Amino acid sequence: MLVLGHRTSEWCGVAPALEEDIALANIALDLIGQAKLWLEYAGEVEDAERTANTLAFRRDFYDFRNLLMLELPNEDYARTIIRHFLFDAFQVPWLEALAASSDETISSIGQKTVKEANYHLERSQDTVVALGDGTEESNTRMQKALHDLWPYAGEMFQDDEIDRMMQGESIAPLPSSMKKAWELRVERVFNDAFLILPDSDFSHSGGRQGIRHTEHLGHMLASMQFLQRAYPGASW
Amino acid sequence: MVTLKAPTIDQIWDWLEEVPDPEIPVISVVDLGVIRDVLVDGSSVEVIITPTYTGCPAMSVISFDIEKALAKKGVTELTLKTKIAPPWTTDWLSEKGRARLEEFGIAPPLKSGSPERCPQCKSSSVELVSQFGSTPCKAQWRCRDCFEPFDYFKCI
Repeated sequence: MLVLGHRTSEWCGVAPALEEDIALANIALDLIGQAKLWLEYAGEVEDAERTANTLAFRRDFYDFRNLLMLELPNEDYARTIIRHFLFDAFQVPWLEALAASSDETISSIGQKTVKEANYHLERSQDTVVALGDGTEESNTRMQKALHDLWPYAGEMFQDDEIDRMMQGESIAPLPSSMKKAWELRVERVFNDAFLILPDSDFSHSGGRQGIRHTEHLGHMLASMQFLQRAYPGASW
Repeated sequence: MVTLKAPTIDQIWDWLEEVPDPEIPVISVVDLGVIRDVLVDGSSVEVIITPTYTGCPAMSVISFDIEKALAKKGVTELTLKTKIAPPWTTDWLSEKGRARLEEFGIAPPLKSGSPERCPQCKSSSVELVSQFGSTPCKAQWRCRDCFEPFDYFKCI
């Protein structure tokens, strides 16, 4: 969430239209605000005196646990829109499930953030249809973005040891259990958008476990973490 | 011995009524619905607030304004607590707050997700410009009759 929030904030001032610029800046703000809630709680659970700020700004790339899809550079605007839609379509049912978590804090963060995620999904879904069913150029660029990002989408549904432990304690469902409903939604929306789903099940993996990251994450962190690296502990 | 009279819960609510929302100063933080509870124990006061949007930058200003306003009234022992569940909803905007928003030119939130009418000319022929606006809580709309753009307070 932090990684996608930062990537989204990179559009601030350079998005293709003023309304898009404002929308993305607001979405970035929501995502970073949500990341703060999760990281604050992670710091509390870890109990090693790391705050949301330490976790965000003082960890190196190999300590980050995030979906590889979210750290890829923005590049084309079509890629930003497709990425948001693929992610939002997973986030909404995922956060709804977390709202029912046996853990009180996770449940309250889920209840709070799902409302924002719903609003994001509404927009990214409409924009996918508008651009897919737009001009020949917008359709071509959306199709290319979908083709480029598709091999990263499957990582959202890969279960690991921690997921299985959390499911055992009714803290969170298995990510894989979200896949069917997600597929139905994206198929329907891409169909409305005249976009063709790539015919491949291949998926990159390892970002959520910190086994690997793309070469892009380090560059992103160099810019995101600059201030805390140059002036450790700075506050205002 | 002279002691200052401890504030009552009602007094604290009245004082909070005077703290304006930093982005939309025509409504108070109480009208906005972010004050969830006020507890008084002798001279110590606890105010429980809830954020509107998780990333809303105005929340830290709101906390600071509350501290300042209560300090002016002589409250020295103040604890501000943030509580996120149950999550804030636009249902918590007061009736007075909704009326003031419209007077100010911001269409108040409706369950349907769209504004009822243009806050300027009251025409019901309005269209969406963008789901996002100048602050996290607003969307941009336009009136088809008077052509004025206006802010709509998003319904969440």
